[in-house]
Amino acid sequence: MNAHIRKISILALLALAVLAPLGQGNYIVYVLTSWLIFAIAAMGLNLTLGYAGQISLAQASFMAIGAYTTALLTLSGWHWMLAMPLGLTACFVVGLLLGYPALRVKGHFLAFVTLAFNTLVFLVLRNEDWLTGGSYGLVGMPRPDFGLFKTMKQLHFYYFTLGITVLAALAMWGIVRSPWGRAFKALRENPIRAESLGVDTRRITLLAFAIGSVYGGLAGALITPLVQFIEPGSFGLAHSLRILLMVVVGGAGYFFGPFLGAGVVILLPEILRFTEGYYLIIYSALVIVMLVFVPTGLIGVWGRIRERFWPRQQVRADMSEGARLK
Amino acid sequence: MSVPVLSVRNIEKSFGGIRAVRGVTFEVRKGEILGLIGPNGSGKSTLFNCILGQLRPEAGEVEVNGQNVSGMRASDLNRLGVGRTFQQLSVFPKMTVLDNIILAGQEHHGTMLSRLFGPGDAGLTNEAERLISFFRLTHLRDTLAGSLSYGQQKLVDAAMAFMAGPSLVLLDEPAGGVNLTMLANLKERLTAYNAEHGTTFVVIEHNMEFVMSLCTRIIVLAEGGIIAEGKPEEIRANQSVIDAYLGG
Repeated sequence: MNAHIRKISILALLALAVLAPLGQGNYIVYVLTSWLIFAIAAMGLNLTLGYAGQISLAQASFMAIGAYTTALLTLSGWHWMLAMPLGLTACFVVGLLLGYPALRVKGHFLAFVTLAFNTLVFLVLRNEDWLTGGSYGLVGMPRPDFGLFKTMKQLHFYYFTLGITVLAALAMWGIVRSPWGRAFKALRENPIRAESLGVDTRRITLLAFAIGSVYGGLAGALITPLVQFIEPGSFGLAHSLRILLMVVVGGAGYFFGPFLGAGVVILLPEILRFTEGYYLIIYSALVIVMLVFVPTGLIGVWGRIRERFWPRQQVRADMSEGARLK
Repeated sequence: MSVPVLSVRNIEKSFGGIRAVRGVTFEVRKGEILGLIGPNGSGKSTLFNCILGQLRPEAGEVEVNGQNVSGMRASDLNRLGVGRTFQQLSVFPKMTVLDNIILAGQEHHGTMLSRLFGPGDAGLTNEAERLISFFRLTHLRDTLAGSLSYGQQKLVDAAMAFMAGPSLVLLDEPAGGVNLTMLANLKERLTAYNAEHGTTFVVIEHNMEFVMSLCTRIIVLAEGGIIAEGKPEEIRANQSVIDAYLGG
């Protein structure tokens, strides 16, 4: 019964995602596309942090690697469908390397290592202007064409992004439901015990970083044709923190958390625009209030409601403490 | 004579100036339940950790089924058929009992890739359910391990050590903090498992009643060295053991 309700809700949400941009102006469609793209990036961080318990403040730098690789290749005539996998491969390899420090340092220290990495990527993008265009960035990347389906129109690009997001979500669903997903959670909850049960925690830690990074890279590969202009400032530390906020606000360790979190972080400021100069203040206050009262993220609100009205249903005890950054 | 399941030779481990384990040597044969007892600070847990690769001893060798496992990582040791439990509770609190048990077996099935693309339970649900039922936890199958009572968690913890069909299981204070009813249940289940599968156990325990009735042989450690070895009744009557415990 529960699985039935879940299926119907997913289909309803998908239908909503298909219908939402219809009849909207270009700007709204652009914002909705950004929401999907950031949801992909947050999905990746949710795997690394929410499921595997490894803090990373470098997700924006993987968006950068994906975005710049795709941009450079599409500018030199490659099709997006060929450029994107190369960007993802680069992210996988770099993510794997970034995972190595996580084998030695944990918690806040790991956060600082990843933060330093984000800064390093930012500096490389800004200073190596022969390759990256420096502070001016890269401009004029083409949007992909697929025969009759061209993505030059904002609405078409939205549907293209929606398709990619659905595929990425299905792949993530497969990962977290597989024995790998169980091993990721075991790594988060008790790495020593996991190791004693045959889980190769070194390998699974590296994979948590690498796969999370690939999702960051995919988001970057989509940002490139969406904005058609990229510069280092779009991938700074503040953006990594924003993606972290999406994961925490949505509910770290919950599959649909990133979609909700990205929705709040991307869409709420737009909705609050009517308050003019006050919107950032209201937005920040709402985030603070939410984190104080619902540390489990917005998905956790549903758990609380369920607990109150159907107390026999079990609320996940792991989320009672919220997303712990150790 | 067959190769011992576990062979420990001249293990030495110091922490700063303290020699926690001094040249300990012993063997455990297939199907034996060996008790490792000793007062607090006698080096039992250090020895355990040296055997299990959690600590690196300064000297000595450990062999499992004739294979040298000194310096081997815990996960590799587990794949060789060595299960263990920890002194502290070591279940995965945010997973169901079933998921805890499946996790304990999944790394022994298939390849890394088949574990990604194959079934979510790695085809282990039936096997896990059998083990859950063996430890009389069936009614808790879908409960989060973290919400179980202490004694129930100890049972799940023990069950996990058996999921991969190990030839040797090291239990670190399985009776600690467990109430009498649960304790009798645990002892009875361990004995039944040993009888059914011929699995070899090494048990560290402070609860003398438990260890004397469970084990077939006992080794007594004091100040890092072995001071006595024998059947439970021999140990009970051994004067040096009584002195070590009473500080005589």
